[in-house]
Amino acid sequence: MVVAMFIATLTAATLRVATPILLAAIGETFSERAGVLNLGIEGIMFLGAFVGFYTADVSGSLWVGLLAAIMSGILLGLLMAFFTVTLGVNQHVSGLGITLLASGLALYAFRLNYGGSATPPSIPPFEQLTLLENIPVLGTILNQYMLTYIGFLLVVPISWWVMYRTSFGLKIRAVGENPEAADAAGINVFRIRYIAIAAGGGLMAMGGAFLSLSQLGAFTHGIIAGRGWVAIALVIFGNWNPSKVMLGSLIFGGTYALQLRLQAMGLQLPIPYETFLALPYIVTIIALVIAGRQASYPAALLKPYRRE
Amino acid sequence: MPFPKFRLEKTGAPMWFRGLIPVITLVLTFILTSGLIIWGKANPFEAYYYFLIDPLAGRVSFLEVLVKSTPLILTGIAVTVAFVAGYYNIGAEGQLYAGALAAAWLGTVLEGVSTPVAILVMVSGGFIAGMIWALIPALLRVYLNVDEVVTTLLTNSIILFIISAILNGPWRDPQSGWPQSPEIAEAARLPQLAERSRLHFGFVIALVAVAVIWFILTRTGFGLKLRAVGLGKEGARFAGIQVKRTMLLAALISGGLAGIAGYVEVAGIQYHLIGELSPGYGYTGIIIATMGGLNALAVAASGLFFGLVETGAQTVSRALGVPVYLGEITQATMLLVILGMFLLQRYRIRRV
Repeated sequence: MVVAMFIATLTAATLRVATPILLAAIGETFSERAGVLNLGIEGIMFLGAFVGFYTADVSGSLWVGLLAAIMSGILLGLLMAFFTVTLGVNQHVSGLGITLLASGLALYAFRLNYGGSATPPSIPPFEQLTLLENIPVLGTILNQYMLTYIGFLLVVPISWWVMYRTSFGLKIRAVGENPEAADAAGINVFRIRYIAIAAGGGLMAMGGAFLSLSQLGAFTHGIIAGRGWVAIALVIFGNWNPSKVMLGSLIFGGTYALQLRLQAMGLQLPIPYETFLALPYIVTIIALVIAGRQASYPAALLKPYRRE
Repeated sequence: MPFPKFRLEKTGAPMWFRGLIPVITLVLTFILTSGLIIWGKANPFEAYYYFLIDPLAGRVSFLEVLVKSTPLILTGIAVTVAFVAGYYNIGAEGQLYAGALAAAWLGTVLEGVSTPVAILVMVSGGFIAGMIWALIPALLRVYLNVDEVVTTLLTNSIILFIISAILNGPWRDPQSGWPQSPEIAEAARLPQLAERSRLHFGFVIALVAVAVIWFILTRTGFGLKLRAVGLGKEGARFAGIQVKRTMLLAALISGGLAGIAGYVEVAGIQYHLIGELSPGYGYTGIIIATMGGLNALAVAASGLFFGLVETGAQTVSRALGVPVYLGEITQATMLLVILGMFLLQRYRIRRV
């Protein structure tokens, strides 16, 4: 029973930790499938976390906050698209520029609205859904936030379906593989890329808002802490396929949750606890090395398209 | 009547336009950020005075601009070397910390040596440490074709955990309990260059690094190889260049230079290692390299300018109460504006 409960809490924590990274990574998948690497991901998540928190605080509604966060992500996605699709400038640099801009905006607005107080302001976060809570192990696992359910049960299947079963998904993949041919076939390359990057931005911001609205009920400087970069690694690991990206997010989430459990158990280990904190990142790199050997990048990734 | 169509045509921009680019960039950045300044309850013109002009007016604040630009010039030049060769090193931030770690350790063992010896040893130490931290992503990229952007970003996170483990473990200050390394020896500190100022010899080291890299990139066969690989791996291979070796070297030199940035911050400013040594100098270096068009001298100039922006952001914050993050926003806005400008410089909108 003790083992079963340990596994149950571990699984529950895995799903919780994986949620923001999963949402962001699915967003990145759309962007990259259309041919644009969006390094703005970290900043879009950060601003999404702030906008979600701030709007929820002001409006008193967590759902309004979530919606505002998603809108902020879509707007930054459109900005990213303007630079990489319309202007066709270097995707690495413009993405990092967006990250810097979004982080700066979030911190600036946070300071203006909340000052530099020592105790970070907080709001009551989303409640966890308690399904089947009377069944011991299953109840523990299913004790999750609504956004976790939305992420795993709606966003992933719908993304997979859109990508592989709709003509829109075919168009996204076409403009990311061979924009010239897609253009010749009558697809509006620019419009498809704009839509994919904007939608992706919305998902990234949703991932950020999960942290501020569900997990913490607060906004802090270190709230994203490199999760966006992990998401980018998971997209490659998942070979740009939403279901495999989900698998990757579970591996990362599992490693992270395990180190959380080990810390919580307060074991006196001869190695510093930072080893466990670094472990998920090291595992991600190893996973990348293993999966990266067969990674088939979208052929037009990083290449701007211009009609001649 | 058919709808008029436009297209971007490749041309060189007229000379008068090139000269105007910095001016247009500044004006556009000013317009785009002034709304935020007004939101922060300040006058944008006044704010920009404190931002870009006031720091240059006084001796102390002017020297402070040079202090702030020292690590930025180094990370900017570090990123330049990698980007020129088409190696997207986003890991300057982590490599900076590796160099800082080496400096903090060397600084405690170099008791009693002469200053020139200490500088020589510690520059080498910082360089080697930065190289070592750049090595794994570089090897993975060159031999296993693992994307360097992702691995360097991830290694940036990893080294922060290592630093934290060391600062909270063996190096924790026994008296205060602060997570900071022991003070480095007097001899290991970089000499001050001016009285009543934090300006230190690290600024000279940065300028020397710029000169060396400028020379390598523009005047040597190795620099030519770097640029050839950056322009196209296939073409470079066809021209008989060892692409893998060249890329690996670019990645390692880049890491080494970023490591020196960590060294100068430890030995010139802090005198011990802290977890918050860099507020993102490595990432800013990418922007500085881009704004300098990957030309070593222009990168140095843009590093100086960013030093001004960092100093100015604090001046505005103190004088008008505008949050200091205005600096980050301005840097990002300026980068994005100038990216658009580069494009206009190379293309012209034509009606077809």
